[in-house]
Amino acid sequence: MNEFTAIGAIGPLLGGVLIGLGASLLLLFNGRVAGISGVFGGLLFRKPGDTAWRAAFVGGLLLGGLALVAAHPRAFPPAGGGGSLGLVIVAGLLVGCGARLGSGCTSGHGVCGLSRLSVRSLVATVTFMATAAITVYLSRHLLGAAR
Amino acid sequence: MRQGAAAFLAGLLFAVGLGVSGMTQPSRVIAFLDVAGDWDPSLAFVMAGAVSVHFLAYRVLRRRRRGGGSDAPGLARAPRFPLLADRAVVPTRADIDARLVAGAGLFGVGWGLAGYCPGPALVSLATGSSAVLAFVAAMAAGMAIERFATARGRGETSEQTME
Repeated sequence: MNEFTAIGAIGPLLGGVLIGLGASLLLLFNGRVAGISGVFGGLLFRKPGDTAWRAAFVGGLLLGGLALVAAHPRAFPPAGGGGSLGLVIVAGLLVGCGARLGSGCTSGHGVCGLSRLSVRSLVATVTFMATAAITVYLSRHLLGAAR
Repeated sequence: MRQGAAAFLAGLLFAVGLGVSGMTQPSRVIAFLDVAGDWDPSLAFVMAGAVSVHFLAYRVLRRRRRGGGSDAPGLARAPRFPLLADRAVVPTRADIDARLVAGAGLFGVGWGLAGYCPGPALVSLATGSSAVLAFVAAMAAGMAIERFATARGRGETSEQTME
C-alpha cells in the first residue's frame, strides 16, 4: 500500500469539492445533470434546441484543461498517459459504448447519481468500480501489462 | 446565452476540479483501482468531496422547487429552480436492468485499461497528447456503435423530468 498521508488527500478532496460545485451550478442554473458522457454524447447526436448548453459545458471542460496546462501542469502525466495506442483505443471504445449503454459514467452515476441517492446509480457505480478493479488486477498482476 | 454562460462556468469548475484532484493522471487512477497491489486510496476523497457538495446542493434545490408554489397541472410554476430553464431534467428511474449493469461493466473495463473516464479525457485534450486524442476519438466511436446497435430497439431515453 502506498504511503497514505492526510496531506495527500487535500488535493483530491479540494478537487472533488470543485467538481461538486460545477455539477451543482449546472443543476441550479440549467436544471441539468453534469454527466459528462451524457452531455458529450448529446452533442455528438444532436437533439434540436438542446445543443448550446452542451457545447458550452464541453467548451468549459476544454478551456479548463488549457488553464490547467498553463497553471498546474502537474495535473497531467509528463509523457502522455493511458498506455499504448492500441490499448487506449480499445479502452476508449469500451468507455464510450459502456457509458451510453449504462446511461452514465463516473460523473453522471458516481457523482450526481449517488448524490441523489439513486439506486440505479449505486448499482452502476459498484459495477464499474468492480470491473475496473478486476481489470487492473488482471492486467497488472496476472498479465503484467507494460506500465 | 445566459444558459450557455452558466454551463461554461460549470464545465470550467468541473475541469479544474478534475485536474486538481488527480483524476487526469491515469497512473494515479490505476493506483486507486489497484486494491490488491500498491493501493493509493487518496482518490476516494474526490468522490467524497464531490458527493458531499452535490448532495447538499441537490437537497436545497429540491426544497426550493417545492416551496415555489403550485405544481398542479395548468397552473404556472414559480420559476425558482432551475434559474435559467423551464424545468429540471433529472433521471427518476429506479429499476435495475441488464443494459445498466452490462454498460457499467464494460465502462469499468475500459476505465481500468487506460485510466481515463470521459471527463478527464476531454480535459486532457488540452495537453495535445496523441494518446488522449485517440482515446476521445475511440470514445466517440464507441458511443456511435452503441447508438447504432440499439437504434432498432425501443426509443430509449433515461432522462425524465424531476418528480
